[in-house]
Amino acid sequence: MAAGNQDMPASETNPEGAQALGEDRARAFQQEPPERSANFYDSLRDAGLTALLAGVLGFFFIGLRTEIAPGGLDITTRWRAWIISILIVFGARLFLNIFLFRAKRSTRRKARAEGGGFAAIMPTVGKILTWLLLAFAIVLPFFFTTFMPTRERQFIDMAILIMTYIMLGWGLNIVVGLAGLLDLGYVAFYAVGAYSFALLAHYFHFGFWMALPLAGILAATWGVILGFPVLRLRGDYLAIVTLAFGEIVRVVLLNWYSFTNGPDGISGIPKPTVFGYELGRGQDTINGILGIPYEPIQRFIFLYYIIFILALITNFITIRLRRLPIGRAWEALREDEIACRSLGINTRNTKLTAFAIGAMFGGFAGSFFATRQGFVSPESFTFLESAIILSIVVLGGLGSQLGVVIAAVVMIGGTEMLRNLDFLKSIFGDNFDPVQYRMLIFGLAMVIIMVWKPRGLIATRTPSAIYKEKKRISADLVAQGEGH
Amino acid sequence: MHYFVQQLINGLTLGSIYGLIAIGYTMVYGIIGMINFAHGDIFMVGSFVALATFLILTTVFGFAFLPVVLLIVVIVAMIFTAAWGWTVERLAYRPLRGSFRLAPLITAIGMSITLQNFVQVTQGARVKPLPPQITGGIKIFSASPTDGINVQLSYMQIIIIGTTLVLMAAFTLFIVKTPLGRAQRACEQDTRMASLLGVNVDRTISLTFVMGAALAAVAGLMFLLLYGVIDFYIGFLAGVKAFTAAVLGGIGSLPGAMLGGLAIGLIEVFWSAYFTVEYKDVAAFSILAIVLIFLPSGLLGRPEVEKV
Repeated sequence: MAAGNQDMPASETNPEGAQALGEDRARAFQQEPPERSANFYDSLRDAGLTALLAGVLGFFFIGLRTEIAPGGLDITTRWRAWIISILIVFGARLFLNIFLFRAKRSTRRKARAEGGGFAAIMPTVGKILTWLLLAFAIVLPFFFTTFMPTRERQFIDMAILIMTYIMLGWGLNIVVGLAGLLDLGYVAFYAVGAYSFALLAHYFHFGFWMALPLAGILAATWGVILGFPVLRLRGDYLAIVTLAFGEIVRVVLLNWYSFTNGPDGISGIPKPTVFGYELGRGQDTINGILGIPYEPIQRFIFLYYIIFILALITNFITIRLRRLPIGRAWEALREDEIACRSLGINTRNTKLTAFAIGAMFGGFAGSFFATRQGFVSPESFTFLESAIILSIVVLGGLGSQLGVVIAAVVMIGGTEMLRNLDFLKSIFGDNFDPVQYRMLIFGLAMVIIMVWKPRGLIATRTPSAIYKEKKRISADLVAQGEGH
Repeated sequence: MHYFVQQLINGLTLGSIYGLIAIGYTMVYGIIGMINFAHGDIFMVGSFVALATFLILTTVFGFAFLPVVLLIVVIVAMIFTAAWGWTVERLAYRPLRGSFRLAPLITAIGMSITLQNFVQVTQGARVKPLPPQITGGIKIFSASPTDGINVQLSYMQIIIIGTTLVLMAAFTLFIVKTPLGRAQRACEQDTRMASLLGVNVDRTISLTFVMGAALAAVAGLMFLLLYGVIDFYIGFLAGVKAFTAAVLGGIGSLPGAMLGGLAIGLIEVFWSAYFTVEYKDVAAFSILAIVLIFLPSGLLGRPEVEKV
C-alpha cells in the first residue's frame, strides 16, 4: 500500500543472460522501489497511510456490525476492535518496512542469488526429500500409533485427508501442469467418482473394489464428454466453461431428487473390504480369520494405505506417461499449440486424453472419498473444492509432483491444525474459535505464497526430453497453464 | 402474453444488475488479461457497506426522506467499495504484474476466499434482511381475461433499469472522451507501448479497479433493495453469473458485457418462469457453453488471431 509507488519502471538494467528476460525483469521492476526504505521517517509515513487505509476499509466491517434485532436490523459498534486492527496493521507495516523491504538488492544480484547457491543443490535436496517423504508416508500410521497414541485417530484421519488432496492435485496436474489446460471444474470428476460408487452401492450393492474401476471409467467418460465441446476454446474461455460444468454437475446432483436423493445425499456406503472380508469383530471378518483382535484404528490405517497406494499409482502413471509419446504431446501442446499441429500431433486426441486421464484419477479419489465418509452429498463438491485443488497444484509449482505434496501438506495440514489450537481460547477468551478463521487464513496464505513465489514452491522442472545430459531448467522457461 | 411481458421486465432488471458487475470483469480483463475472481466479493462488500450506511442514516441519524438517503448511501458505498477494490489490486495483483498467467488467478481466488470469510467472521454468517424500501409501481396492462395477470413495472425496477442505463451511458462517454479513458484503451491495446508514450500504467490499472468496484457497489445496493436479503456468500454466485455474462458477450468488450448480462438475466428468468426454477443456473451455463462452441470469442468479442 504505497503512496508514491506508481511510477512506471524504466528499462535501465541489462539482464544477465536471456533467461532473465521477460517475466523476471518485469517482476524485478515491481519490487518495492528502493527510496521507500531510505529512512525511518518514510517508513513511518508509509505505515501511517497504510493504517489509515486499514481504518477506512475496516470501518464498516470491524467497526460496525449489523445485527438482526427484533423489528428489523440493528447496528452495533466495536470501536475497540477497530482501533486494535488499525494498530496491528500500522505495526506490521512498520515492521515490514524497516526489516524486510530495507534490503536494497539490485536486479543483477537478485538474479544471481536465484540462479546459483540454493538452486544448485535443489535437485539433490529434492531427491532426498522425496525419498524421506515417501519413507515417512509408509510408516506414518505406525509413527502416530506409537508416538501419539492419544490422538492417533485424529492425525491419521488428517493424513488421509491430505493424501486425498495430494492424489487430486496429481490428477489435476496432468490437465493443468502437463497439458496446460486450465480446468476450474475438476471437482465435477471427483463428484462423478463419488456418486458413481454411492449409486452403484445404493442400487446394485457393489463393493468398493468392484466400483473403483467403474468409477474411474465413468469419470474418464465424463472427462471426454465435457472435454469435447471445449476443444476449440482457449485460456479463460476454457476456464469459465469448465467452471460452468462443475456447477452444472453439482446442481444436477442437487436437484435430481428421485435418483441422487438431492441435498440429503446418499448414506450407508459400504466400507472397503480385505479380499471380501470386512474389518470388524466376529468370526466372519478378516480379524476373525487372521486372529487379530479388532481395534477401530485399524479401519483408519487400512483407509490410509488404500489412498496412499492410489496416490502412488497416480504419481507413477503420470511419471511414466510423461516419457511416452502421449506425455510429450501434452507438454508440446502446453508450449505451443500451433507448432504442435504443424508437426502432425492430433491436438484433439491429445487434449481429450489429458482430460480423460486427469478425470479418471479424480474419479478414483472420489470413490475413495465416498467410502471414507460413508456418505456423499452435493455440498462436498462446490467450486471451493476445485479452487483448493487448483491452488495446491499452482502453489506447489505447476507440473512438479513434489510441489503438490508440499503444498497439500502446508495448505490442508496447516488449516486443519487450527482445529487443535484450543489454547488460544485462554488468550482471546472463550468466544474465540480458531476454526472460524480457518478459511480466512487459507485465503490469505494463498495470496501470500503466490506473491512470494509466483512460480510455486518448487520452481525447477525436469525436462522430459533429454539431449546428451540431464539438466534442470527453471520454471520460467516452461509455459504453464496458458490454456491453449 | 401478459405473463411474457412481465417476465421480460423481470429479466431486464436482473440482467441490469449482472451487466453492472460484468463491466468490472470485462474492464479488468481488457487491460491486464486476468479474471478478477474477487470482483463478485467486491460486489458483496458493496452491498454490506450500503446496508450499514442505510441503517446508520435511518436509525442513528433518523433521516426519513428516502431519495436523499439513497443518494448518500450510493455515494458512500461507491467510495468505500472503491477503496476495497484498490486495496485488492495493490495487495494481490500488482506484485504479480508481468508474472505468468495463473499466478494472479490464484491470488484472485485467494482474495475471494479471504473477503468472503472476512465478512463472515466480522458480520456473522446469518442473512441480513432489509424490509422493502421502495414499493408500488405502474400498472402497464391490467389483468387480461386469459391468464389474469397484471403487468406491473415497479418503481424499484424503473430505478434499477434507469440507473443502469445512465451509468452505462456515462461510462461509455467516459471511456471515449476523457484522458483517463484514452489511457485505459491504450493500455488495453499494448501496455508496454502505452508506458513508453507516457501513460502511467499502474495508475491506470488501479483506477480501472476503482471504477469497477464503484459500479459493483451500485449493483450491490440495487441487489440489496431488490431482494432485501444479503449474506457473505452472495458474491460467489453473482460473480460467476456476471463473469459468465462477460464471457458470453465477449470478454473485453463493454457493450458485450451489458448484452451478456441482459442475456443471462433473461435466460434465467424465462427458464424459471416456463420450466423449472431449480435448473436456471444449468440453463444459463449450458447456453454459455453452446454459444462458445459456435462463437469461441463470445457474442461481440474480437476473434483472436494468433501469429506464428
